[in-house]
Amino acid sequence: MTTYTLNVNGKTQTVDVDGAMPLLWVLRDKLDLKGTKFGCGIAMCGACTVHLDGEVARACVTPVSSVGAKRVTTIEAIGETKTGQAVQKAWLDVDVMQCGYCQAGQVMAATALINKNPKPNDKDIDMAMQGNACRCGTYVRIREAIKTAAGVDTKDTREV
Amino acid sequence: MADGNITINTSRRFFLLAAGSGLVLAGCVTPADTTDGAPAIAAELAKPAAPVVDMNNFVAISPDGTIRIMAKNPEIGQGIKTMLPMLIAEELDADWSKVVIEQGDADQKRYGQQIAGGSFATPQHWIPQRQVGRAARQMLLAAAAARLAVPVSELTTEPSMVVHAATNKKIPYGDLVADAAKLTPPDPATLTMKDPKDYRIIGKSMRNWDSPKIVRGEPIFGIDVKVDGMKYAHFVKCPVFGGKIVSANTAEIKALPGITDSFVVKQVGTSLMGLLDGVAVVGDDWWTVKEAAKKLKIQWDEGAAADHSTASFDSQASALAKAKPQAFLGPQGKAPTEASWAASEAAVNGAAKKVEASYAYPFLVHAPLEPQNCTAHAKADGTVEIWAPTQLPGQGIGLVAEALGVTADKITCHMIRCGGGFGRRLANDYMVEAAAISKQAGVPVKLLWTREQDTQHNPYRPGGYHNFRAGLDAQGNLVALTNHFVTFGANGRALGNATSPPTEFPSGFIANTTYGQSLVPGNMPTGPLRAPVSNAVCFAYQSFIDEVAIAAGKDPLQFRIDLLNAPAAAVSGEKGPMNAKRMVDILNVVRDRSGWATRASLPKGTGMGVAFYFSHQGYFAQVAKVKVEQNGSWRVQKVWSVGDVGSTIINPINAHNQVQGSIVDGISEMHQKITFDKGRTVQSNFQDMPLLRMDYAPQIDSHFHISSNSPTGLGEPALPPVLPAVANAIFAATGKRIRVLPAVQSDLRWT
Repeated sequence: MTTYTLNVNGKTQTVDVDGAMPLLWVLRDKLDLKGTKFGCGIAMCGACTVHLDGEVARACVTPVSSVGAKRVTTIEAIGETKTGQAVQKAWLDVDVMQCGYCQAGQVMAATALINKNPKPNDKDIDMAMQGNACRCGTYVRIREAIKTAAGVDTKDTREV
Repeated sequence: MADGNITINTSRRFFLLAAGSGLVLAGCVTPADTTDGAPAIAAELAKPAAPVVDMNNFVAISPDGTIRIMAKNPEIGQGIKTMLPMLIAEELDADWSKVVIEQGDADQKRYGQQIAGGSFATPQHWIPQRQVGRAARQMLLAAAAARLAVPVSELTTEPSMVVHAATNKKIPYGDLVADAAKLTPPDPATLTMKDPKDYRIIGKSMRNWDSPKIVRGEPIFGIDVKVDGMKYAHFVKCPVFGGKIVSANTAEIKALPGITDSFVVKQVGTSLMGLLDGVAVVGDDWWTVKEAAKKLKIQWDEGAAADHSTASFDSQASALAKAKPQAFLGPQGKAPTEASWAASEAAVNGAAKKVEASYAYPFLVHAPLEPQNCTAHAKADGTVEIWAPTQLPGQGIGLVAEALGVTADKITCHMIRCGGGFGRRLANDYMVEAAAISKQAGVPVKLLWTREQDTQHNPYRPGGYHNFRAGLDAQGNLVALTNHFVTFGANGRALGNATSPPTEFPSGFIANTTYGQSLVPGNMPTGPLRAPVSNAVCFAYQSFIDEVAIAAGKDPLQFRIDLLNAPAAAVSGEKGPMNAKRMVDILNVVRDRSGWATRASLPKGTGMGVAFYFSHQGYFAQVAKVKVEQNGSWRVQKVWSVGDVGSTIINPINAHNQVQGSIVDGISEMHQKITFDKGRTVQSNFQDMPLLRMDYAPQIDSHFHISSNSPTGLGEPALPPVLPAVANAIFAATGKRIRVLPAVQSDLRWT
């Protein structure tokens, strides 16, 4: 057991855990932040997507010992940012959700995309969102919601 | 309800309408659709009708005007938690902005049947849930009539308001509810429902009730439940289905840091989806118990299933296909004879042109994104409290009662939002495991499976093999078709959902059809996957019909319409429940919407394909447009979907979402497989069980063709036709036919 001091959603948090414990389980079971989801444990589904210093990270394969002083942002706090708020609103306006289980990760990935690339096109969306699986298949709406949040034309421009 | 720390308690004071009401829920209109072979669902449907349920179980109104409506069915992403309350609110004439929806617990006495499966909910509740709302409105009208001293006939309603037009008086529901609650509820038979043209809620797009919580990451899923004193549990079962435990080093595991308990759990009952032998590890957080379990040394008696392998299944199936079928498929009491098979075979053999092809599809896993989990507390007083993401709580309660030796009335089950279902959570193995572990550990536990466990312990969609032969006359008319279906079973019976309908189209539409069946022996856990049976059989039949159309030199879409329009005067097979005219209508619509007539001008490598299917009382016709690269990789560019699910699309925004999701799901299934070796499931996680991603999800044109029929469900029927529509489009693009899934096995390269 080692003591780690983390910056989570702007708050300093101290946990006493095995350094190999993934950030996902520190968030969920130690800090009671359950918005970040477990889907696969091997960074294949994206349900656990968080931001580390604004960069997309899969919390299920991020050992807590590797986090250091990086700012951890989770779905619980993403609405405190302008982009995060716009993405959340677009998700509601488009009504993206079916089961909703992957959507926290989708919202986190989409927010990081728009922060880096305020006017993403379809190719940018394909690239940025490939790591986030939606078992219900809401991709049509995720695409539309990202464009809505970014304020670009929602038409799907891919080849038909 | 009390569901761990995820309850949102309202401090409002609600008056329950119609206490002691004689209002019958009548919630159990048994759907006529018989395409679903799920034993669990069938058993549930066979239960006696729900006892009388009072309206107060659904509707409560507070003096401030807030209207609480209970959502009775499990929510798995199909949108039922929003849709059923819409039915009640419409006939209540509620102001939707004042409605709060609350999830009901598992309680069939209060709510009637509770299940997410079979796309039953819409046809089952279309009338009864509206009656619930209408009866409550009637009582509010009566209370207003008494207060204003006017006849009820002079009163009408506006949203959440009784109106007396003659005097321009308006009374909010909240002001009337205390009086109304004292009245005797009306007999539902006396109620006049709204004219659909007056609908204010039904037919309007209402956002999923839980969406705001989801985008904020609030803890609303089963995996998020936390109760006081709770420990975390991991449970290791034999990798071979039904294997028994011989010994395990539980004492060593229990001594590890962070671990509070470890013990052997023994099988109860005989179901492979019930409580099986395994080892539990319990501790302070889930990652620690999962890591500790890696140090388990377990000796298993693997049992009879240890020789199961897909390679052996495939070779047995191919040998069986060469012999005569072991049985012939017909509706109950109308099974065809061997003579009928011989006559159909003779008709094929004597036809001007013969078409023969064999199709195969693999076992599949459900893989809802939220792995199986359940929180349970087997308490010292003998009661059990359960928080479960489940599609069929009643079945789970039965398993828990059996395994823990308690009666069902001692068990409380809170239904928690499911992170996907797809049929997986109709089985409740994880529920009985959590309860058994809690009992043995003496503490409340949250059991969570790994993705690998979820992939390897599942009631799989069974694989199957279809061996078709068809005969065409000199004019290219289909005159005979036989199918020798090879599936899995034991003791002469196919495994659950390992069936092929005896009335599958074109049975009953052409002169000669006979379907036979043979069984590969095996005992894998199988169960219903979204659009069970249909998701598999549709691929085979609607692909083969395409082959026949091409062999006849006909337009595959028109060929289907012609078959549906002009059934032969004399037929050997029975017709299924499908209404041919409804299907013809939507085939015509999808032809127009997709620009089917322009397909001849597409470049090589791009093609369009069509398929239709009737399942779960829903009619769907779809056209897919696929581009195949010269290296054989392919992508569905667009799917046009036309559905006829009756007169009313209750919540359009969600209805289209279900169609869009079904199409993505169906394409995803074309890439997936589950195989077995040495009795074990070979695949383990998303690296070898791929899910379709953003870049491969097509554009989708979803359209509903409104007919005069009563509304039916949408969780499933849009899925089956997309697989053959895509496979048929790939043929149109390349001249290469996908007859075996997953599609990766077909070489689609072209020059």
